[in-house]
Amino acid sequence: MTDTPTPVTIGETEIDAFLRLDRMPHIWCAGCGIGTAVGCFIRAVERAGLEPDKLSFISGIGCAGRAAGYVKLDSFHTTHGRALPFATGLALGNPELNIVVFSGDGDLLAIGGNHLIHSARRNIDMTVICINNFNYGMTGGQLGPTTPLGARTTTTPYGNTEYPFNVPCLLAASGATYVARWTVMHPREMERSIAEALVKPGFSFIEVLSPCPVLYGRLNKQSKGLDMMHDYLARSVIRNGADPKDVEMVPNGTIVVGKFIDIERPTLWDCYKQVFDRAKEKKDK
Amino acid sequence: MKMWRVPFDLAEKATRPTKVLIDKERCKGCGYCVEFCPRAALRTSDELSSKGYSLVEVADESKCLGCGLCTVLCPEFAISLEIVATKDREDILRV
Amino acid sequence: MSENGVLSGTFFMNGDIACAEGAISAGCRFFAGYPITPATEVAERMSERLPHVGGVYIQMEDEIGSMNAILGASWAGVKAMTATSGPGFSLMMENLGLGVMLETPCVLVNIQRAGPSTGLPTLPAQGDIMQARWGSHGSYEIIALVPSSPQEIFDYTIDAFNLSEKYRVPVLVMSDEAVGHMSEKVVIPEISPENLVSRRRPEVPPEEYLPYKADGDLVPPMAIAGDGYRFHVTGLTHDERGYPVMTADAQDSLIRRLVDKIRLNRNDIIKYEEVDVEDAEVVVCAYGITSRIARLAVQQARDDGIRAGLLRLITVWPFAEDRIRELAQQVKSFVVPEINYGQIVLEVERCAAGKANTMLLPHMGGSVHSPHTILKAIKESVQ
Repeated sequence: MTDTPTPVTIGETEIDAFLRLDRMPHIWCAGCGIGTAVGCFIRAVERAGLEPDKLSFISGIGCAGRAAGYVKLDSFHTTHGRALPFATGLALGNPELNIVVFSGDGDLLAIGGNHLIHSARRNIDMTVICINNFNYGMTGGQLGPTTPLGARTTTTPYGNTEYPFNVPCLLAASGATYVARWTVMHPREMERSIAEALVKPGFSFIEVLSPCPVLYGRLNKQSKGLDMMHDYLARSVIRNGADPKDVEMVPNGTIVVGKFIDIERPTLWDCYKQVFDRAKEKKDK
Repeated sequence: MKMWRVPFDLAEKATRPTKVLIDKERCKGCGYCVEFCPRAALRTSDELSSKGYSLVEVADESKCLGCGLCTVLCPEFAISLEIVATKDREDILRV
Repeated sequence: MSENGVLSGTFFMNGDIACAEGAISAGCRFFAGYPITPATEVAERMSERLPHVGGVYIQMEDEIGSMNAILGASWAGVKAMTATSGPGFSLMMENLGLGVMLETPCVLVNIQRAGPSTGLPTLPAQGDIMQARWGSHGSYEIIALVPSSPQEIFDYTIDAFNLSEKYRVPVLVMSDEAVGHMSEKVVIPEISPENLVSRRRPEVPPEEYLPYKADGDLVPPMAIAGDGYRFHVTGLTHDERGYPVMTADAQDSLIRRLVDKIRLNRNDIIKYEEVDVEDAEVVVCAYGITSRIARLAVQQARDDGIRAGLLRLITVWPFAEDRIRELAQQVKSFVVPEINYGQIVLEVERCAAGKANTMLLPHMGGSVHSPHTILKAIKESVQ
């Protein structure tokens, strides 16, 4: 026990080491949850003890995609829907890299949907953080593949007539070995979950529900970020280990969050490594 | 605080002197920190930032527990806490 | 095959296979592709041979994924290639633009077949040449090489890798089904690493590195992921720091540099072959498989007393504008046989600027020109 107490700072100043300070403040709206998710990610990197120089951060197009421009890591802001195949190339080009894909619901699940299910199927070693704000924010608030039935967006002025994806179920069915869902109102759990996913080999996917006060929120009578945050608090329940089939989101229904899938399966690289020996045998014959 | 059973580690967990620092260039007045602080230590102020957002200010610093919820919730990375630890216990700051 | 898995010697192989071997000889250690006739054999050969040299093959879910995967691999520091044909080439266009914008070295092979749309999957054409130049959106410059034999597809694939690393731009190898599926003698030399070009790496420490600051040659040194440079790159218009900047000024300086780094270095890049051009009154301007037939037609024309010559384009982009302008002062006509309804002829006509006639000899695709049709065109052009 020391005589003179040591002041310890938590918060902004430790996060700053991972931010491009020459680009602060960021462009996200007041009340947008993406910044919170980025903060959780940065603290998760520290918690996981990863070497930041070996971390590659890949994003797509959209509000969430802008995160790549703010983190002080090797970061790649790629084209719409294509963060995952770009990340695949990085992962296979240098298997020593830690690969993180950080993007939005439209980028990963609509235009990027095909790449998502195949990347999960291959069990490529990467961590995907999907910010789900239920619409296409960057372009002004259009319908997305996670927009709840009946919700208003700029392209569903009479209410959405499509069912959204049950995202954890989609990922589990595709073969992801770690699937979790949190909201921005669960920052501590989210941080721990991301840290787990970062060190776990294989395809890890974390859906993060996030407020979009200016667009989705405003069009659906939740124009303050606080409205949606209270909504998450009121409606969410943590059920770790829940069956992904049972975590579908229904309007005004329970939001089930937690870690749903955490299994072991050989990664793509585990399997491909064996090819080198087999190729050599065949060549020598 | 009235307790009918006093925890053994009450002294460690008691409120430590904490300074709450709010970055006025970053705060966008979303109010998450104000709303979810378990001790209502923060409030929205009348002061506007250079970009026109209503800034958050400390209502009562003595109430701050140093729990850090405001720092992890803030989407702008605008809050930091300077906590005077009674021991070298950085790990207790990470819940 | 040597110990390290790279081939050398004399072989009888088809164009697709020669392309794959050219890539391996050039140091390519990553291939991402999708099966498409008539390029599938490139992928198949890479899937077999890359493990021999410690490289990785992945078959992506589509061509869009393939194009992006090779960009990612290149940023991990690995020479990367994909191969496709018309329909896949169209799919790759958006992300070819990403490669241009991020300044990513990589090679994209198009074994052309007849189009548009599904067309004639198993038969040759040269209908994607303009698309090679303008297929992606925005203002940019690209390099495209056109081989006319399996030996050349081997050689030019190596050239493509070297050019892409030197200029930090995706380079296209625009072959066709005839060359891709014909088998001929291919000599694979032993290539020493000094003769292969790799991207210039930063010489300054991370704090001083600006990802898009270039010196006189307009090509910035390239850091790769994992080296501690903590760079940011984006498809958005950006400044020297790599940060997105939403102004016309930033656009002006970026686009001028991306285009000028190719245009101003065109004398280093452009290659063509000339046969009997010095005293020619008519020059046949041809490329790829068509140039082989044109070579015979030009010879026959000479035998018939016509002063005909052949200008065979090896790089079709950047286009050999200066040479066409020079020749236009000298010749009466250009004859442009191509397996499309007129693409390179537009460039020839533009550069001839009315000083010589330009005659298109089109073939819609599905097979190749016959020598006598080219000879007939040569004769008509000097009447």
